[in-house]
Amino acid sequence: MQSIIEGRLFKLGDNLNSDIIIPGRYLIHIEPAELAKHAFEMLGEEFPAKLQGYDILLAGRNFGCGSAREQAATAIKGLGIKAVVAASFARTFYRNAINDGLPIVECPEVYEAAHEGDTVRISLAEGRLEHAGKAYGFPQIPPSVRRILELGGLANYLKATLQGGG
Amino acid sequence: MGMTIAEKILATKSGTAGLKPGDIVDAYPDLVMSHTATWRSVSVMRRIGATKLFDPKRLAIVLDHVSPAKTEKYAADQQTSRSFAREYGIEKFYDVDAGIAHLVLMEHGHVRPGDLIVGTDSHCTIYGALGAFGTGIGYTEVTSVWLTGKLWMKVPTTVRFTLGGTFSAAVSAKDLMLHLIGMLGAEGCGYRSAEFYGDALPHMSVSERMTVANLAMEMGAKCVFVPPDARTWEYLESRLEGGRCAPVYADHDASYERDVAVDLSSLEPMVACPHQVENVKPVTEVAGTRIDQAFLGSCANAKHEDLEVAARILAGRRIDPRVRLIVTPGSRQILLEAMRSGVLQTLIESGALVTNPGCGACAGDGGMLADGEVSLSTANRNFLGRMGSRKSSIYLSSPATLAASALRGVITDPRGLI
Repeated sequence: MQSIIEGRLFKLGDNLNSDIIIPGRYLIHIEPAELAKHAFEMLGEEFPAKLQGYDILLAGRNFGCGSAREQAATAIKGLGIKAVVAASFARTFYRNAINDGLPIVECPEVYEAAHEGDTVRISLAEGRLEHAGKAYGFPQIPPSVRRILELGGLANYLKATLQGGG
Repeated sequence: MGMTIAEKILATKSGTAGLKPGDIVDAYPDLVMSHTATWRSVSVMRRIGATKLFDPKRLAIVLDHVSPAKTEKYAADQQTSRSFAREYGIEKFYDVDAGIAHLVLMEHGHVRPGDLIVGTDSHCTIYGALGAFGTGIGYTEVTSVWLTGKLWMKVPTTVRFTLGGTFSAAVSAKDLMLHLIGMLGAEGCGYRSAEFYGDALPHMSVSERMTVANLAMEMGAKCVFVPPDARTWEYLESRLEGGRCAPVYADHDASYERDVAVDLSSLEPMVACPHQVENVKPVTEVAGTRIDQAFLGSCANAKHEDLEVAARILAGRRIDPRVRLIVTPGSRQILLEAMRSGVLQTLIESGALVTNPGCGACAGDGGMLADGEVSLSTANRNFLGRMGSRKSSIYLSSPATLAASALRGVITDPRGLI
């Protein structure tokens, strides 16, 4: 996981649910590349390809609500998206993103201010997001949980801790 | 300062005293449920080279989504789950004949008041119908709990709901919850625990409480509690594993973030309109909307009581010939009960198609919708494309509204038909 993430935003609305991120019929897959082929296709057939041209998703409130399917985070990673910034997250998506090594940033202010195609710079270590010459703070992931994200997800974390005898 | 139910359960399961909202603890669940997703958790275990489970007795596996297998891939995945259960001696393993995981676990006494239960399904909140802390997690996290016995959890704040009065005829727990979701929104209980109280509760059946605890997830609830009472003990009496449990109640001076009171007698039949559950309207506002399919199923409303309400409306009548009425009983036990009670015969005679128990069409398994089609459903989600085409629409209602609508071919107010 990179500590500094920079790139172009794609903007989505409120209550974007996990059925839209990846429909149930594709949950037979767990591989990021396979899931990415169908990510957000409910919004239009062109969506998976279109989103690959962006780096960061910017969403409104309650992003990832609905089903606890972990593949919602995996599919977004598979698109090459480096982070999701949202006004707020549903708790299941929040956990799944950390467990899949996908950085998430809760920042309602930037959702109001930023537009599609804008560039932002995120410093995860500092809890700081820069957009259009303005800096925003965001709540950091709890320190006890940050290690999971730093290792690229829960599977890597488990492997490391179990091998360490922990 | 007194404690809420969620605070007390997390304190007990983490061995930490004096918890307050926002604290993060390592909690040890009593049960970890995985459904059709089990093979994914097994694949993570293999990938990291782990072989030893923390405690096989804490695992429960139920193959409920897409059952029986409809493609070779599903068959192979189910085979992986089955082999895993056999290899590790998982006693709480239920195959494709059992029904929806949540209902199966409660029916078999695996859910005890005061338990902490996590699982690969957002509707684990339903265990709160029996006073247990249930919440959903992803499949890698299930692997983690299998191996380490624990997971990190944040102590939530709690919203207290007080229910007064009694339901009018043809109004039920589903209408109450659609009303609340419409009022509070899809994030109204986000990251929060919900406790239910009030004069109305002693009159609500365990089946209705399951609908309440299930649907509360659609306003974002992390966990839901109906404190155990005489009805809970009556339900558990013949079921409870080992016959013992440690029920948890809130302290009288517990601190609540918000209070919400509802007078049940003021409620009318409600419908959630496409494509968000929070898009709720009284049935009178959408009455007359043509439907192609009516799905009576899901962990929200496919219990015997739900089937019975529909049968009462449909008895001796035929559904509209333009409507496909798909009935998917929640579990094998419910299917058997519906056979014995005659409910099944009534439904089939009225024109219903009855499928095997399980998640069925709610998860898009059978009963898929074509472009432009409309389904009314007793399930808990009406998200875009969930039951098929992105050009299809799903409305959600109670079993009574569903039966009345199947009869007329259009969304119909059930009052007057029951």
